[in-house]
Amino acid sequence: MENPSPVPPIKLNAVGLSKKDYDGTPSTLCKGCGHNSIASQVVQVGFELNLRPHEIIKLSGIGCSSKSPAYFLGMSHGFNALHGRMPSVATGALLANHTLKAIGVSGDGDTGSIGMGQFKHLMRRNVRMVYVVENNGVYGLTKGQFSATAEEGLELKYAGHNEFPPVDLCMEAIIAGCGFVARSFAGDAKQVRELLKAALSHRGTALLDIISPCVAFNNEDDSPKSYSYGTKHEQPLHELGFIPHAEEISIEPLEPGEFRTVRLHDGSLISLRNLGHDYDPTNKLAALERLQRAQETGEFITGLIYYNPDRPSLAELEGLSTPLAQLPPEQLRPSQAALEQLLQAYR
Amino acid sequence: MNVLERQQEAGLATPTPIINDFSLVVATANGTGSQTANLTLLRSFFKLGIPVHGKNIFPSNIQGLPTWYHIRVSHEGYIARKPSEILVAFNPATAHEDLQELPSGGVCIYNADLKNLPKRNDITYYPVPVNELIAGIDVPVKRKPYIANMTYVGVVAWMLGVPLEVVEEALGAQFDYRQKLVESNMQVVRRAHAWATENLHKQDPFRLEPMNKTEGLIIMTGNEAGALGAVFGGVSVAAWYPITPSTSFMDALREFLPKLRKDQNGNPTYTVIQAEDELAAAGIIMGAGWAGARALTATSGPGISLMAEFVSYGYFTEIPAVIWDIQRVGPSTGLPTRTSQGDVAFAYTLGHGDTKHPILFPSSIEECFEFGWKSLDLAEQLQTPVFVLSDLDLGMNNWMGRPFEYPNQPMQRGKVLSAEQLEALGGFARYKDVDGDGIPYRTLPGTPHPLAAYFTRGSGHNEQAQYSERADDWERNMARLARKFETARNLVPAPAIDHHPAARVGLIAYGTTRYAIEEARDRLASQLPTSFLRLRALPINQQVRDFVAAHERVYVIELNRDGQMCSILQTEMPDYAARIRSIAHLDGLPLTARWVQERLLQAEANA
Repeated sequence: MENPSPVPPIKLNAVGLSKKDYDGTPSTLCKGCGHNSIASQVVQVGFELNLRPHEIIKLSGIGCSSKSPAYFLGMSHGFNALHGRMPSVATGALLANHTLKAIGVSGDGDTGSIGMGQFKHLMRRNVRMVYVVENNGVYGLTKGQFSATAEEGLELKYAGHNEFPPVDLCMEAIIAGCGFVARSFAGDAKQVRELLKAALSHRGTALLDIISPCVAFNNEDDSPKSYSYGTKHEQPLHELGFIPHAEEISIEPLEPGEFRTVRLHDGSLISLRNLGHDYDPTNKLAALERLQRAQETGEFITGLIYYNPDRPSLAELEGLSTPLAQLPPEQLRPSQAALEQLLQAYR
Repeated sequence: MNVLERQQEAGLATPTPIINDFSLVVATANGTGSQTANLTLLRSFFKLGIPVHGKNIFPSNIQGLPTWYHIRVSHEGYIARKPSEILVAFNPATAHEDLQELPSGGVCIYNADLKNLPKRNDITYYPVPVNELIAGIDVPVKRKPYIANMTYVGVVAWMLGVPLEVVEEALGAQFDYRQKLVESNMQVVRRAHAWATENLHKQDPFRLEPMNKTEGLIIMTGNEAGALGAVFGGVSVAAWYPITPSTSFMDALREFLPKLRKDQNGNPTYTVIQAEDELAAAGIIMGAGWAGARALTATSGPGISLMAEFVSYGYFTEIPAVIWDIQRVGPSTGLPTRTSQGDVAFAYTLGHGDTKHPILFPSSIEECFEFGWKSLDLAEQLQTPVFVLSDLDLGMNNWMGRPFEYPNQPMQRGKVLSAEQLEALGGFARYKDVDGDGIPYRTLPGTPHPLAAYFTRGSGHNEQAQYSERADDWERNMARLARKFETARNLVPAPAIDHHPAARVGLIAYGTTRYAIEEARDRLASQLPTSFLRLRALPINQQVRDFVAAHERVYVIELNRDGQMCSILQTEMPDYAARIRSIAHLDGLPLTARWVQERLLQAEANA
């Protein structure tokens, strides 16, 4: 009898799941699409952080980006909402059950145009969720029109010449009160991963504006949202590392000047290794100024651009304790005596 | 018949008393605080035990434009709008026109400062020297106009014979028994009453006499009653964007919830979010309903437009949510402070593609309360958006009603699978019709089971909730949704039917038009006996078909231009379409019994 070839043991994480358990259905996006690499980082992060899939919800709006929640965390409830309206749905779902962790995926059209209002109000309310924008500057599903984040003066084969200045979603988020604002590049897997991890620990809304090249409609070498441009021009503000709360004790003391560490809401730490930019992500005005400067000079800065954990989340403000969705009828329906007493005042 | 004619018919030269049967209108300018005075009158009459109802006809304006408050008292219990015999003319801008509208034999109580008021010799005038009566009353200058309105309360009390202690009790309720406010206002009422007693000579026939017809009843607005119903229905997430006339629904909700809905540790068992627009409000309740909360919003026509996309999404993805539409006159801004039943057709099929939604039609504060909790049950039972179509008249005005009945059934949470059930079943298919009623099973996010999750999408999907563009998947799913709507026919509130054995004519109506119709039916009882079916919900059930089948002609009477419900019923019952006829009309005002009578007789004459 032939010996069966040894099956390598499947690596399981602390909650007994393999990496495969965090997969979704196969992607139907274009081969090489930046969105796919972001989806695979979500899978990786879920595995590494030992997330329990049933405690996560994934939401999206409409567009190529918004298809991607189907491609990760197949054991989590998903909600593919209306165009630009994922923020309101997420707000409602997280009010119904504020103990869920939410990952929202949107695109530059979904967020920067049709959904701009809901995007900004989500930030204002500080709904606790990770809000990923897969930003490619074009509308893919309708074959390549400019989106609101496309650079002024950009030339594309289908869309022609872009006359209008771009919306900078990171600036919009900071102005609206978001306390975790980051920009990254789909080609920089490690940075995307570390930012995702940190974002999941944030107290309120965490925005990840990830430049994610569209291989079909916006990948010309000179387009700032192409792979080659991103690879050549990415300027990380710092090198990021994420240390989950449970592992906190194992980290070495960090050298002042070389590292900054920021404690996240759940006790985790994010380390920012200085790359010579001497950048302080807790200074709101400095963050806005840095973004504005980057826009003017065509720089492509990435990293944690702004961080402020002080504002309470919406659920905290609303004083929610037991998830509303889990309240039993006796807590939802006052007594007959309460009704009769109240009606006395209307006699 | 006007008052003089009634006198003449009675063959009397001197007025015989008209007791507990008249309508009174107070004409003031918006923003002068007359609402307190008017509600004091309303409550005084109510406390005398006389059936009463008040309607505020007000402008879309904060200050200055004309407003009218109609109070009808009727010992027979009729509360529909009716032209007024008594006018309180306190608005110079409308005094001339208001006076013209008084019938012969009517009464005009007027602010003595009004210049050049036309003289009519067929009505009785009573002046009110407002400035003289409020002189020396100790109130801040900005409260003067408010207190000035109390002068007509005093004179009306004198004229109708309302005891001052009853007025004081009503005023107390109005001011939440804050003694200082009650006292300063009551001082003016007493002064005006004393002045009238001394200086005026009663020449009119109108009088009030105590009855016992309001014993045990409550008085409340429909919006308050609906909100209270929702509180007892376990609403846990409410989101809205301010819009007249639904705003007071949410105000009431936010007043009742903190009083009634705290857990043992004092934490709220609810949340209320003011959204950035109606679109977001709809998104919030969809997200909340999906995740297992009992969610509602309240809005009006323009808000419904913005919610259209989410409502069709909710229909197709099968998410429970409740939408209260307090209807006003449209299109667009229309007459935002006037009443209408204009959203029926729009709401019934709101959305793109083939969509249909259950709609409940409350007609009273009791039904507002009942549908307040029941709509939340229905939404979860049917897993779909459910509309409650009220209107401005019901929502914003004060109505008498019986104290509300506590919900008579346990909360219905619908087909939701727990982790244990999933384990026993070995999984589930989100959109599979397991029970043959078209209603599938769902799971809530957070359910701790690896087979609990499914993907909610507006795109085509199969029974397993997987993306599908297959023709057969689409058609099968839409057929099941149609089957679910058939199930809804017998789950929604059944119609209220009053069969008249001799009637060949049937009437169908819904909502607040019932009051004018009920009065008209009584008036026509000998001339044109009619049966009456009051729809309490769509979709219709077999009883509605049977009712139409049992009558030669059926008139659908409603408050819109095009006879929207009539068209819906004709479509639902094409075999009877020819006998279903429309009597419809919209001018922003509630129907009167007289209009219903006239239009019915006219229609029958041409039948």
